[in-house]
Amino acid sequence: MTEPSVVVDEVHKDFKLRHTHSIKETFLAAVRRKPLTTDFHALDGVSFSIAQGEAVALLGFNGSGKSTMLKLISGVLSPDSGAVRTRGRVAGLIEVGAGFHPDLSGRENIFLNAAILGMTKRETEERFDDIVAFSEIEKFIDTEVKHYSSGMFLRLAFSVAIHTEVDVLLIDEILSVGDEPFQQKCLARIRQLHDAGKTLVVVSHDLDMVSNLCGRGILLREGNVAFDGDSKRAVELMRQ
Amino acid sequence: MSRRSPEPSVLTQPGGSVGLLDVFRRRYLLSLIVRKEIQIRYRGSVLGWLWSYVKPLVQFVVFFLAIGVFLGMNGRVEFFPIYLLAGNTIITFFNEAFSNGTRSLIDNAALIKKIYLPREMFPVSSMLIAAVNTLPQIVVVLIIAMIFGWAPTLLHIGALLLALVIIALLATGLGLLFGAINVTFRDAQSFVEIIVMCAVWASPVMYQWEMVANQVPHWLFVLYRLNPLTVAVELFHYGVWYPLDPQGGQVLPGLLAYSGVAVVVSLTFLLVGQLVFRRLEGRFAQDL
Repeated sequence: MTEPSVVVDEVHKDFKLRHTHSIKETFLAAVRRKPLTTDFHALDGVSFSIAQGEAVALLGFNGSGKSTMLKLISGVLSPDSGAVRTRGRVAGLIEVGAGFHPDLSGRENIFLNAAILGMTKRETEERFDDIVAFSEIEKFIDTEVKHYSSGMFLRLAFSVAIHTEVDVLLIDEILSVGDEPFQQKCLARIRQLHDAGKTLVVVSHDLDMVSNLCGRGILLREGNVAFDGDSKRAVELMRQ
Repeated sequence: MSRRSPEPSVLTQPGGSVGLLDVFRRRYLLSLIVRKEIQIRYRGSVLGWLWSYVKPLVQFVVFFLAIGVFLGMNGRVEFFPIYLLAGNTIITFFNEAFSNGTRSLIDNAALIKKIYLPREMFPVSSMLIAAVNTLPQIVVVLIIAMIFGWAPTLLHIGALLLALVIIALLATGLGLLFGAINVTFRDAQSFVEIIVMCAVWASPVMYQWEMVANQVPHWLFVLYRLNPLTVAVELFHYGVWYPLDPQGGQVLPGLLAYSGVAVVVSLTFLLVGQLVFRRLEGRFAQDL
């Protein structure tokens, strides 16, 4: 095993669910002795370590804390206690297209979104042709994104995200993107990145795909690690 | 260039940022965000950026007629419309930078919730966008002033630049402070609207500082001058209106010293804004 790329150590993450959103509501709730907040333990002491070049599937049902875990690794959220550490550049394919602006052209959006994902101007220019070719929307690259079909939009967004220069790639629900041939192409590209030694952390509800792509599976259940090992075994456990 | 540590051999904490410094480390992204906003501002309009020149010109005419002629200020203050427009320009910069900075985090919620960026990026870019939008107004004021014989020295130009720096620092600091609070308490937004509404009256834009000095006790006039907005407006008057040699035009007493104070006050707001922002930042992604 090489050195770890992602270390998650005893991570706890609670969400305070606020039931009141104004002074009036807070006051009324206090008078009626209703709780103002409820704690929700999204992650309750999770630890694991991912080696460089590993492909890991985060498995679990809705609300098990998978997406929270990804957001902690990407730095969007920070843990309440415990620690998350990463090595090198981390980029997420989390909800692709978040940084797109409908009034800008495809070309302008590529540069903007690549910069949001941490790329420099040079890096983007070097990859620009690849990004456009992968998205298959050459003809519309100077059209405003608001005129794109939803499929074209997702293809372009995904294409930018998957061409970013990263060491650790976080992927949330990849197969919601585009039609079948494009999905296959994305999957092939992700495999290629893995072969090139990138670390992958994948969240998906497509269990067959994910257990094929990743050798290791971490099964989360109610904010705890229920199983950590072979991905096929993890999927079996989940389906029980 | 990496987002954080370019060193792949060390484990780092994701999302660990060094605040405002990180924004300037990623100035390429900052420049793209600013450019984007500027590009889309007049997208789909025929006159495009001409609107940025039309607006202050119309304002000039309105001020000239309403306050100058009808309220008779033209008789009391020489070159009054220029006086008014100069002060109004710098206050508009402050108002736009401050109120957009306060809303910037909410407006960019989709991004903040999904991708890690130094979040200070948003209030800072709001300020820069406001600065770019202010440029045409400054150009209009200076051209009108030139028609009336504006011939500035370096000191006058320096005063204009100093005023812009003071407002840039102050608006960024306040934008960080109220923007961060606004994520959890949208009250901040309404509060800021009130501050913005008062800003134009709390500084000598529509009137002259002498009118304040004659009405209030000395200590209150000191307080009045401690307001960085007053100083910025007076620096603009000094740079644009004063070189026209207006009759009875007087520089704010102690303008130089109060300019120093304004810089310090603005820097203090920037520091406080940054500290509060960093304290609250951890909750942004879940509160938005």
